[in-house]
Amino acid sequence: MADVNRGNRPLSPFMLGQYYRFQLNSVTSILTRITGNALVVQAFLIAWWFLAAASGPEYFATVDYIVTSWIGDLILLLSTLGLWFHALAGIRHLIWDNGYMLDVESADKLSWVVIGGSVVLTIITIIFV
Amino acid sequence: MSFLTDRKRALGLGSAKTGTEHHWSMQISSIGLIILVPLFVFTFGPILGGTYEEVIAYYSRPWPAAIAALTLAIGMMHFKNGAQMAIEDYVHGLKGRLTIIFVTCLAYGIAGVGIFSLIRLAL
Repeated sequence: MADVNRGNRPLSPFMLGQYYRFQLNSVTSILTRITGNALVVQAFLIAWWFLAAASGPEYFATVDYIVTSWIGDLILLLSTLGLWFHALAGIRHLIWDNGYMLDVESADKLSWVVIGGSVVLTIITIIFV
Repeated sequence: MSFLTDRKRALGLGSAKTGTEHHWSMQISSIGLIILVPLFVFTFGPILGGTYEEVIAYYSRPWPAAIAALTLAIGMMHFKNGAQMAIEDYVHGLKGRLTIIFVTCLAYGIAGVGIFSLIRLAL
């Protein structure tokens, strides 16, 4: 009986969209992963900007022009929103890891805190930075 | 037909047994980043857009430079471990292993270049 049905077992389908309605918790959870990975673009830009500053005034002028251009500003603005979202969602994850607020009502509440909080923190960043 | 028994086939497979350590390292780096990220945003933000001389003078000071270096180091380790988890979920086989190697190189590359540049600026 060693070879029963090898490689022909039913597989779990990719649920999202087809079989599974989007919910606040699943959407904010997916966004945590997307924002976390997307933040590497911001890190790349900032490390490049530091490299340019260490290289000399001419190279710095070129890179600083790109980073502070409207497209650079747009990337940094969106990644600031992503950064705060990921930070707050990470705190939510730490709360859940320790076994708190795992019921649906509390989890939904936390989702709204993450969404609202990231917008508020982004506005604060724009005002003070 | 195979002479392997089910037990022999299953032996040694299963989890890689590094999940707990991985999760724990993510928890440590995330708590570090909760402290570092606000400090970095509010020290890096104001100087962005400054002149070359202003930037050099600013990042010659130990406090903003140390925050930036620590944020890059911890942030990139957090990214490396987090992205690895996402890749393991969605990309499999050789493609998955190559993606993890690429992401690991990218993470160390960004951290290394950033921190080296900060040291150059400070000295």
